[in-house]
Amino acid sequence: MAAAPLRVYRAILKELRLLKGPQYKHTMAYNYVTEQFRKNQVSGERYCRAQREAVHTSHTYLCLLSSTRQHMELHRLYHGRGECSPEETAGRVGLRLPSQPGGKGWEN
Amino acid sequence: MLHNLCKYRHFSRAFLSLAGRQIETSGSSTHVQRAKYGSAAQERKKFYEDVTISQGEDGRFEINLDKRKLRTPGGKLFTLPNEALAIAVATEWDAQKDTLKFYTMHLTTLCYTALDNPTQRSKDQMISAALKYLDTDTICYRVEEPPGLVELQKNEWDPVMDWIEKRYNVVIGSSSSIMGPKIPEETKETFYQHLNSYNFWSLTGLEYVITQLKSLVLSFGLIDRHLTVEHAVLLSQLEEEYQIQRWGNVEWAHDYDMYEMRSRTAAGALFVHLSSESSMVKKKLMQD
Repeated sequence: MAAAPLRVYRAILKELRLLKGPQYKHTMAYNYVTEQFRKNQVSGERYCRAQREAVHTSHTYLCLLSSTRQHMELHRLYHGRGECSPEETAGRVGLRLPSQPGGKGWEN
Repeated sequence: MLHNLCKYRHFSRAFLSLAGRQIETSGSSTHVQRAKYGSAAQERKKFYEDVTISQGEDGRFEINLDKRKLRTPGGKLFTLPNEALAIAVATEWDAQKDTLKFYTMHLTTLCYTALDNPTQRSKDQMISAALKYLDTDTICYRVEEPPGLVELQKNEWDPVMDWIEKRYNVVIGSSSSIMGPKIPEETKETFYQHLNSYNFWSLTGLEYVITQLKSLVLSFGLIDRHLTVEHAVLLSQLEEEYQIQRWGNVEWAHDYDMYEMRSRTAAGALFVHLSSESSMVKKKLMQD
């Protein structure tokens, strides 16, 4: 169901780094996540409910961080700059506006 | 359409609290006191550098922006029940650059809602609002055509339906009629009892998840850790997914909506998990 704990843990740290830059290791979230991960690390045989819950919660947190970031990126790219010009809009779906040789007639 | 609805819901929450502003009469002058809910689209300059958390005398956690304590739009002190949630909220504030983008701070928004309770509802009212979704649950409504989608719904939704019917020992069923399946009263009673065991904060989060997924069944699947956020969102958008597979994906509409829905759903689920006391106790027991 959920991904392996170590992968989730690493991915969360990556998201924190993207949020905070190089000094992400000094954040509260970094310390907390690392501490929790170490606490919940148990030997392979003791696969218990509490650990599975912790993995699911960390997976949810990872999803929150990464989807918020990806949503913001798309927002910046497509929705954050006001309305596009007709040329840009057409270009986005692979079309080009026809050009009218000699102007459209209403220019002075 | 659904997306617009949930946007409307988001706004209506803020709007209701504006509409519900209190009018205080003191002496001869009448003051209108309104909660300071900005518009969701409005961005505010970042006015702080450091975000820290501290524990108040009552054991609850507070967020400090530089030296100032964070307050809710309603003017209450922003206090949180546990450290994990406090750190997650603090991280949201810490992650802001130059301007504050409130529409990316879902956990903070949920805490505001839980603390201020802008719609002034009781726990009972929240439970019945949540149960109402069962009557029109997304995964109970099946199509009869096209055959590809019929099969997709059967393959993807039936396992979740089987899971919830076993897990709670209830009958829900599905239907392709416009009226939907008839949900037995016992089922509602069982879910009522179950929801009643949630605290107010968890219910706030759960309701948020339900309004995102438009399904009580999928929400329980997520909260009971049977589904991941990604899977729950996918199941909730099954028809759209089918159309995408057929007609192609449009990044600025489909992906944009999907990521927004994922982040909102994840925030809601995390909020439920972090604000239910019992899971914290379990974690502590494990450490001993």
